[in-house]
Amino acid sequence: MRLICPHCGERDRREFTYQGAAEILDRPSREVGNDDWADYLHLRENPAGETKDMWYHDPCGAWIVVHRDTVTHAVHSGELASEVRK
Amino acid sequence: MANLVARTPCEGLLPVTIGSVTLSEVVIERMAAVAPFKGKEGAVSAALKEACDIVFPAPNRTSSKGDARAVWAGQGRANVIGCDLPDLSGLAAVTDQGDGVAAVKIEGDGAEAVLARLVPLDLRAATFKRGHTARSLVNHMAASITRLGPKSFEVMVMRSMAQTLVHELTEAAEGVAARG
Repeated sequence: MRLICPHCGERDRREFTYQGAAEILDRPSREVGNDDWADYLHLRENPAGETKDMWYHDPCGAWIVVHRDTVTHAVHSGELASEVRK
Repeated sequence: MANLVARTPCEGLLPVTIGSVTLSEVVIERMAAVAPFKGKEGAVSAALKEACDIVFPAPNRTSSKGDARAVWAGQGRANVIGCDLPDLSGLAAVTDQGDGVAAVKIEGDGAEAVLARLVPLDLRAATFKRGHTARSLVNHMAASITRLGPKSFEVMVMRSMAQTLVHELTEAAEGVAARG
């Protein structure tokens, strides 16, 4: 698998470390109840198909949201997590 | 007081010539990591231009003039070598790296072939030109790889990894040489 780093371009998977689903970027506000926080912390989709997840590009230090497909194994794009979060 | 003897990272290991490739040490006596604050990249670049005649490099690029050079070192970061930094207070986070980095120059006809065994990148001259740099891996070790010329590259790792780097490069060079 080759992933896309916005800085470095397409790179081999061995340069990356997986973190988890990109939902982690949608942090709820402090005011919402325990249920929403429990969902945020523990509930994850397990999609067959399009998915977005967080990868760390070890050599360059960028957090990346990778848009890929778990069925076809296609990698569509990579965006900086700092940009996605804005 | 004990008599301390300063040693360079690859002292006693290099230079070495294997087949068509020569490995030699690039001694970096002092390096600083410069990370511009948000929106200050232009100002940092201007300050570097005035003090050292180099600019803050774009991703995967270097900037050099004489001995002074800046090597892109990851997201929002560049390593500046060979010049006294201007005052960047308020503009960038500057971290002195001292002589904590080991750099090896690899040159010769087989340099690309040797690195091809270790680095998961296309480092051929058509895509990776002089002045281009990349943050990648040398086998399992994070490294900074820069093209210096048509047949020469510089590979930089943390100083504690000097012996590992020399070992990896030596072994790859022996493999390339064995194929004739």
